[in-house]
Amino acid sequence: MSAVELRGFGWRHAGRRAWALRDVDLRIEHGERVLLLGASGAGKSTLLAALAGLLAEDSGEQAGIVEIDGLDPRKARERVGIVFQDPQTQLVMARAGDDVAFGLENRGVPVAEIWPRVREALARVGFPYDLQRPTAALSGGEQQRLALAGALALRPGLLLLDEPTANLDPAGAALVRTAIHAAVDADTTLILVEHRVAEALPLVDRVVVLEPGGGVRADGPPATVFAVHGAELVDAGVWVPGPPPAPRRAASPPGEVLLTADRLGLPPRLAPTDLTVRAGEALAVLGPNGAGKSTLALLLGGLLRPGTGRLAATPALAGRHAERPPHRWRAPVLARRIGSVFQNPEHQFVAATVRAELALGPARTGRSAAEIATIVDDLLARLRLDRLADANPYTLSGGQARRLSVATALASAPRLVILDEPTFGQDRRTWWELVDLLAGLRDAGHGIVTVTHDADFVAALADRTLWLGGRPDGGPA
Amino acid sequence: MIPYAPVAAPAAPLARRNPVAKLAAALLFSLPLLATLDPVVPALAIAVELAVAPLFGVPYRLLARRAWPLLLSALGILVTLTLFAAERTGDPLVAAGPLVVTTGVLGTGLGLGLRLLAVALPGVLVFATTDPTDLADALVQNAKASPRFAIGALAAFRLVPLLAEEWRMISMARRARGVDAGRHPVARLRIFGSTAFALLVGAIRRGTRLATAMDARGFDSGVPRTSARRQRFTRADTALLVGAVLVAAGILVTSVALGTYRPLIR
Repeated sequence: MSAVELRGFGWRHAGRRAWALRDVDLRIEHGERVLLLGASGAGKSTLLAALAGLLAEDSGEQAGIVEIDGLDPRKARERVGIVFQDPQTQLVMARAGDDVAFGLENRGVPVAEIWPRVREALARVGFPYDLQRPTAALSGGEQQRLALAGALALRPGLLLLDEPTANLDPAGAALVRTAIHAAVDADTTLILVEHRVAEALPLVDRVVVLEPGGGVRADGPPATVFAVHGAELVDAGVWVPGPPPAPRRAASPPGEVLLTADRLGLPPRLAPTDLTVRAGEALAVLGPNGAGKSTLALLLGGLLRPGTGRLAATPALAGRHAERPPHRWRAPVLARRIGSVFQNPEHQFVAATVRAELALGPARTGRSAAEIATIVDDLLARLRLDRLADANPYTLSGGQARRLSVATALASAPRLVILDEPTFGQDRRTWWELVDLLAGLRDAGHGIVTVTHDADFVAALADRTLWLGGRPDGGPA
Repeated sequence: MIPYAPVAAPAAPLARRNPVAKLAAALLFSLPLLATLDPVVPALAIAVELAVAPLFGVPYRLLARRAWPLLLSALGILVTLTLFAAERTGDPLVAAGPLVVTTGVLGTGLGLGLRLLAVALPGVLVFATTDPTDLADALVQNAKASPRFAIGALAAFRLVPLLAEEWRMISMARRARGVDAGRHPVARLRIFGSTAFALLVGAIRRGTRLATAMDARGFDSGVPRTSARRQRFTRADTALLVGAVLVAAGILVTSVALGTYRPLIR
C-alpha cells in the first residue's frame, strides 16, 4: 500500500500559458479510496498522470512537491498502476493472457511467477475467458476489465482509475465497477476519476473536489461534501447524486413525417427495421451493443446504402429531392436537410479553426457571407465557444469538441438532426446544455433522432423510444 | 477490430519452426536467386516453393488467394517487356506488324516475372504461418532484437486494422458536413488529402495514448525484461537454414550446368 502527499503542487504543460493544475495540497493515506472530482479542465487527468510518474521532467514546469511514500513518482512507478478511459489504446498484446503478462515481463518478474500471477489477476476481475482469448474479440467492458487485471497483476500500492467506464455502455460500465469493487483490496490505495458520482460512490470513502484555476475546493466523506458543496458542484458540472431535474417535454404534438424506413436494414449489422421520423419530435433509439444502433443512425443520415428495405424522405423534408433516397443525394443537399453528429467528434472536423469549421456547412450550402457570419456568431455564443473561435478544433477538450460537433451539424440548418451517443463522457453542464439545445430545436419544429445508452437523457428529452434487438425487460419494442 | 492470426495449419512440420528461422530461411533461399537473369532459376525455385507449401500447412487455394496480386504483377511485367523492350535479341518468334517477339525478349520478360514470384512466395509462406506475437518474441529472444523495437512494432501493428474503419467514418462524416467532390478530380484529390490528414492526426493521438499506457506498465524502463513465452531455436531450425542455402545453391548450379545461367553483373 502507498500514501500520497502533495504540497503546493502545480503543473504547466510545455507551451501552455495556463497551469493545468496548481496549489494542490492533499494527503491520501494507505488504503484510502478517493473519488477525485472537478469540472472539465480542472486538472484531474494531469494529477493522475503526475502520480503515475508519466509527466516527464522536460514536458512541462512543476511547482511544489508530489510524493508517493516519500518518493518522486517517476522513481516509484512500480508502486502505481493506472487504467485509462479508452480500452483500445491500452491493450498491447493480441491475446488476453499475454496482455496481462506484458507488465510483468517489463518489470523483470521471473518467468515461473508470471503465469500464476496472470491467472490470479484475471480471476480477481472476473475475466470470463481463457488466456488465449483474442483481445480484439472482447467487448469494451471486457477490455477494461482486462486492462484492470493488467494493472493489478503488478500488485500496485496505489491504483489510479481515469474514467474507466466513460466509453462504455451501462452494462459494460456496471461490469467494470463490479470488477473494481471485487478486485481492489484493503491494501490498495485507490484514486478514481469519474463524472457519474452516484455509480462511483459505493467504491469510495472520501471525495476530493479540485477547483479549476487552482487548489482543492472540497475534501471529506461523500455525505459531508455533497451536503455542504452540492449546489456549487452542480454548477461546476459535477454529477452529484440526487433526483433528476424536470424533463423537457414537447410543447406541442409531433408534426409531419420527415423520413419513413420500411424494413430498412444492413445485414449483418442491422436487422430490418420499420420506423417513421417526425418533425417536432425527439425519438430515442435504444438497445444493447451490437443491435445496430449506430448503423441505423448512419442509414437515417443518408451516409450508408441500405442493404435491405428502403428509406424514403418526404417532400416536407426534401422537396423535389424526395424522389431519391437520401444516400443518393449530393452532400450539400444532404447537409441542408439531415445533420449527423458522430460518436467521435474529431471525425467531423475539417477546418483549421472553430470559426472556419462552423462556416463550412453554410458555405457549402450556398449562403452569403453576411448570412454565414450571423449563423457562426450565433452558434459560437449559444454553445459557449466564442472564446475558442480561433482555436484548432483538434485542441479542444472533450466537452468543447462535443459542443462544436453538434454546432457544425446545426450550422447548415437541417430540418432533421441525428446524433450518435452525444452525451458519452460529458460533464453535467454540457449534458444539460445539449438537452436544452435539442429540446429547443424540437420545439422549433426540427426532428431529433438520438441513438443512446443514456437512460437519463432519454428520460429528460425523448418523446418516443425505439428498442432495437429487444427490450431488456422483455416488453414490446 | 479484425483479429489477425496465422491462417495455416499450425502443427505442420515447417510451420512449427522458429519464426526467426523461417524468416531467415526465406531470405537465404530467395536472395541468391537475384544473382541471375535467366528464367530457369526462378522457375526451379517456384517449383521448390510450391513443393514445400504443404510442409508449411498452407493449402494451395490459400496460397493462390494470397499470391494473386503477385501473379498479376508478374504477368504485367511479362506483357510490358514483350511489347516494349528496346533490346530485341535472339530469334524472332512472332512478327505482327511493328511487333516482333524474339526469344531474347520473351526470356528476359519471363525471367523477371518469375523472379518476382520466386522472391515473394517465401515471404507469403512465412507470414501465413507465423503469429505476429511469436515473431516479436523470437526476434527478441533468438535474434537479440531490442524489445523496444520488436514489441513496440507489434503493439502498433495491432492498431492497423482500426485505420480502415476510421477512414470510412471520416469519409462519412465529411459527407454529412456537405463535403463531397462529385466528379471533380481536383476536389476529389483535396478531400482525399484532408481525410488522410484527419486519419493521421487520429493515428498519432492513438499511438501517443498507447505509448503512455505501455509506459505506465513499465515498458522500456531500463529493467531487464523477462519473457513469458519461450521461443526455442533448435537443431531443426538450423537444419531449415542449411537446407534453404543448399537448395538455393543446387538451383544455381543446375542452371549453370544447363548453360542458362546469366549473371546479373558480368
